[in-house]
Amino acid sequence: MTTTHRTDGAAAEHLGTLHDRLVARAQADGLLDVTYRVVDSPVGRLLVAAGESGVLRVAFEVQGHADALADLAARVSPRVLEGGSRLDPVLRELDEYFTGARRAFDVPVDLRLTKGFRRAVVAALPQVGYGATASYAQVAAATGRPTAVRAVGTACALNPVPVLVPCHRVVRSDGTPGRYAGGEHAKCLLLDLERTTRPLATGARQA
Amino acid sequence: MTGPFEDVVREHGGTVLRVCRAVLGAPDADDAWSETFLSALRAWPTLPADVNVEAWLVTVARRKVVDELRRRGRHALPVDDPGTVHGAPLVGAAPGPGERDLDLWRAVGALPDKQRRAVVLHHLGGLPYPEVAALLGGTHAAARRAGADGVAALRLTYGRTHHEEGTS
Repeated sequence: MTTTHRTDGAAAEHLGTLHDRLVARAQADGLLDVTYRVVDSPVGRLLVAAGESGVLRVAFEVQGHADALADLAARVSPRVLEGGSRLDPVLRELDEYFTGARRAFDVPVDLRLTKGFRRAVVAALPQVGYGATASYAQVAAATGRPTAVRAVGTACALNPVPVLVPCHRVVRSDGTPGRYAGGEHAKCLLLDLERTTRPLATGARQA
Repeated sequence: MTGPFEDVVREHGGTVLRVCRAVLGAPDADDAWSETFLSALRAWPTLPADVNVEAWLVTVARRKVVDELRRRGRHALPVDDPGTVHGAPLVGAAPGPGERDLDLWRAVGALPDKQRRAVVLHHLGGLPYPEVAALLGGTHAAARRAGADGVAALRLTYGRTHHEEGTS
């Protein structure tokens, strides 16, 4: 994992050790309200943050990691530290997903950063299966508000846990990908990944 | 405070370590550092937004350092024992992030043990001289003299370093 202390040399290494120890102590004392790490992925560097009851945030680099952290600090708790073992399961699942070995995430997700209709949309998105897509209109209909197509788009754009909750599978009615918080390129990449790894995942690669 | 605590650790971790190392040797300085940031993390959400974070942290660190010195006192370990001098080498080995005022830290580290502790506890930690004396042993007046001698020595060495390097 990348720990980006703004220093170098032995002193920085020592501070890194002290930092790790602090995170472990904070966790043991129930003071680690939010923990995060920044990891490399095929869609760029991802910030992954979790509270005690699940993953709170996945942020693309283009969304601004510092902004995402400031938002978490303001809306969840300013007791935010980098590192720790809490994120190990979700980072492992993300690795598996990006290598095509995983089709669904089963780590707990905490949706407290999204509310109301947007939250209903985000909660419904996992119903769109791996490798499949749904149109904004279809999702609107599925959430009981068939005219709220634009609101579905907004909910997807503001999904606090992209990739884990697959808003990239929601596309335009004409089949083009449409916009994405991580950029259109990232959305295409994720859709391609799911299309091309699908036969491998079912163990029935023919074609 | 509403900002992420991680920023505080990154920004001030080195300073706090230097404060701890200026008085305590390893591994006690490391323990004092951990206790400082753990306390600070606990208090962080309720800390008023207008507090000078660095000064606040140094105050917390000073308290932890003092706790450690008192603990040693209870275990009857003389803090001034020449056999437990941790001064110059430890402080010298603790150049840290930011490299701010590194010459000052070297100069502080080079002070005789008692002067160094008096300077750090009083001038950096904000501890009144009676309390400094209680920790270092000896009289209030002796602690004050050690502090004054230390500052006088710093004026000489630190001033000279700056002059030689042409940074002031």
